[in-house]
Amino acid sequence: MDFNVNSPFLFVMVGIVIAFVLAQSVYFLVRAIKRAKELGIAKEIVSKTISSAAIFTIAPAVAILVGVATLSKSLGIALPWLRLSVIGSLSYESIAANSALEALGLNTATQITDASAFATVLSVMTLGIAVGLIFVPLLTKKIQGGIKAIEKSDKKWGEILNNSMFLGMISAFLGYVFCDVSGAFSGDFVGLIPVLVMAVSAVVMAICGLCATKVKSMKWMNDYALPISLVCGMAAAIPITSWLS
Amino acid sequence: MKKEKLTYLESVHRDGRIWGIALCLVILLFPIAVCLVFKTVPQWNALLKGALAVMPMYWAVGIVEMFTYIPMLGAGGAYLSFVTGNISNLKLPCAIDAMERANVKASSEEGEIISTISIAVSSIVTTIIIIIGVILIAPLTPVLESEVLTPAFEQMLPALFGGLAVVFVSKNAKLSIAPIILMLVLFIFVPALDKSTVGIMVPVGVLFTIAVARIMYKKGLI
Repeated sequence: MDFNVNSPFLFVMVGIVIAFVLAQSVYFLVRAIKRAKELGIAKEIVSKTISSAAIFTIAPAVAILVGVATLSKSLGIALPWLRLSVIGSLSYESIAANSALEALGLNTATQITDASAFATVLSVMTLGIAVGLIFVPLLTKKIQGGIKAIEKSDKKWGEILNNSMFLGMISAFLGYVFCDVSGAFSGDFVGLIPVLVMAVSAVVMAICGLCATKVKSMKWMNDYALPISLVCGMAAAIPITSWLS
Repeated sequence: MKKEKLTYLESVHRDGRIWGIALCLVILLFPIAVCLVFKTVPQWNALLKGALAVMPMYWAVGIVEMFTYIPMLGAGGAYLSFVTGNISNLKLPCAIDAMERANVKASSEEGEIISTISIAVSSIVTTIIIIIGVILIAPLTPVLESEVLTPAFEQMLPALFGGLAVVFVSKNAKLSIAPIILMLVLFIFVPALDKSTVGIMVPVGVLFTIAVARIMYKKGLI
């Protein structure tokens, strides 16, 4: 078969893999809903979880789509479609594709015309992040078992341990937001953009929380506070960036 | 012989393993299928060079991420997230938010269920949005890459974690002080720590917070 980055064969293959992944999500979703019913979890909680997860996902998913559009210039549409729907992350796929293209003496702006170069990039992107794919099925039960054992021996510490993990992750991302602020001392204010965006998002979240608790008719806001603060923060990034850069 | 009935969690592990191994094979076989159909082989030198540039770091981070994220995601959430990807920027915040609103703990069976539902829905919605985007890629690309919208997409993580931090920091004020100060000092004053290193710093933040929490717990401060 003649090679083309947008060959129908690639779309069929990618379509099959994505259908498989979609089927896995649907399978786990149906089972979890059934179990929720058995455990007597209120139907309202389940439907609110579904609707707010769906709404929250829209903005990050569109950001992921930007990655597909960027990578499609060199890799065609099928491969970025696969890579950004399965396993990888927005940042990883761009870095892995760049490393492979550089090793081939190519770049992200030029379309690959050679099947061998395409197979090379695809192999690097697959191997680079295969660790989770290989080890998660083998280790998840053991890791979960360890956590359960800790919680069984001391319930309060188990809860604190859980909160600590969430806080540890959030604090790392808060640090990341401030990583370029020192430039402000030498007159470069670009590093303040993420800080101000984060501040806007935090203020919006606090307002949503206050509205949801103080105003009865705005209780619904509690379910959508995170997507609202996310979208407001992202929207605020537009004027903040043009102001500071 | 009568078969013993599996608990929900045991069956999640059994099914998660079956799906995970099947998907692992499908994804790893994809490059081989491309080579067979187009009658080609990868350029081995470039493959080695490219793989060496990404594998050491991403395999090391990947292993640490498994130990960090799996306890937070729950079993079902972990099996789904490590296949569908975008964990720290989408799946985990989505699950944390859902569990927080439903007032359930990640370690309980209720938490396991709420986390799985939110991550499954998030995966399905992401896949559908990307499918729509791929179909409309030609008219959408100029919009997605427009100068006006670029800053919004670039600042997604600060916008996401600003909101999430308010919820968690306000509920765990005492415990949050030390890890936040540590991360701010590290990211501001260590030049080697930039935007690309946040993945490595998440496990550092988690381990440090657990250590601080343990000391505070033992001293009766939390």
